[in-house]
Amino acid sequence: MSWLQVTTPWVENRELITKVAETANPSYGCRPEDRPIQLRIKYGLINVDKPPGPSSHEVVAWIKQMMRLSHAGHGGTLET
Amino acid sequence: MALEEATKVVQGFLYTGKEYVCVMQVHADIPEQTLRDVLREFTGEIYQKPPLRASVKREPRKRLIYKIDVHEIDGRKVLFTCVCQAGTYMRKLCSDIGEVLGCGAHMRELRRTRAGPFSENDTLVSLHQLSAAQSDFEAGDDKALMKIIQPMEVALSALPKVVIRDSAVDAVCHGAELALPGVVQLDSAIERNNFVAIFTMKGEAVALGRALLTSREMLDQERGVAVKVERVIMQRGTYPAMWKH
Repeated sequence: MSWLQVTTPWVENRELITKVAETANPSYGCRPEDRPIQLRIKYGLINVDKPPGPSSHEVVAWIKQMMRLSHAGHGGTLET
Repeated sequence: MALEEATKVVQGFLYTGKEYVCVMQVHADIPEQTLRDVLREFTGEIYQKPPLRASVKREPRKRLIYKIDVHEIDGRKVLFTCVCQAGTYMRKLCSDIGEVLGCGAHMRELRRTRAGPFSENDTLVSLHQLSAAQSDFEAGDDKALMKIIQPMEVALSALPKVVIRDSAVDAVCHGAELALPGVVQLDSAIERNNFVAIFTMKGEAVALGRALLTSREMLDQERGVAVKVERVIMQRGTYPAMWKH
């Protein structure tokens, strides 16, 4: 799948336009900031300062083991 | 690093811009002004052929260099920041700069300081800090771990947003196309074929997809398919099935 899309990086001035005024139903779903720790982990990311020695793959494996995760992945390696 | 279900959002920011701080070493004594001038030449559109170790096809491709800021020149070493399109090889950039200079150059040091929404701000943690937070958590205190783990939605903050009503959520979780009646808010600058992120009104990521209409069209029209879903993120059943609005 080729999703290459060049957007000026991290442009902050995008506006969100409201088409319809609607309110969220509190009975289901949960705001990301309100997630309790277990859900935070399930739907979470960590910004890891990877040490230069091990590979990204190894670092992911360590963290998976440390945190007892069943699944994890990294967002791209630093190309050196 | 994405945990558990959050691995589904990784595609949403792999293609965002990157920022690097780099030390390049040139192979001859070049006047400072010449170095600055040549570096300025490399902003804008450049062509790069991916190196041997790349996982992409090794043919020249166009890349965008948004900015090069020279911080310091110390003899043959140049310290600069480069903001560029994803998939730009800094090592190749240095070597190509060397070619233009005539004497050659190589990349001495590199640090990625930004990848889309992720930078070296206070969310950056070392393995040591993570390990300490995990120990605390196992001992009953989740405070440190809560601060360290970011919601996966942060990875999507660089993408144009489309917010949908609750009744449209479960259909999208099943991969259904997002029809206009389901859209309640949208980014102001969406073009056709843009990669977009679909959110609930509570700000939860639902799916990633391709816009079939522009923002203007989405606002003006009442019917039609707005977004073709390509990657579902939210688990089915998180919101109740309400297939008719």
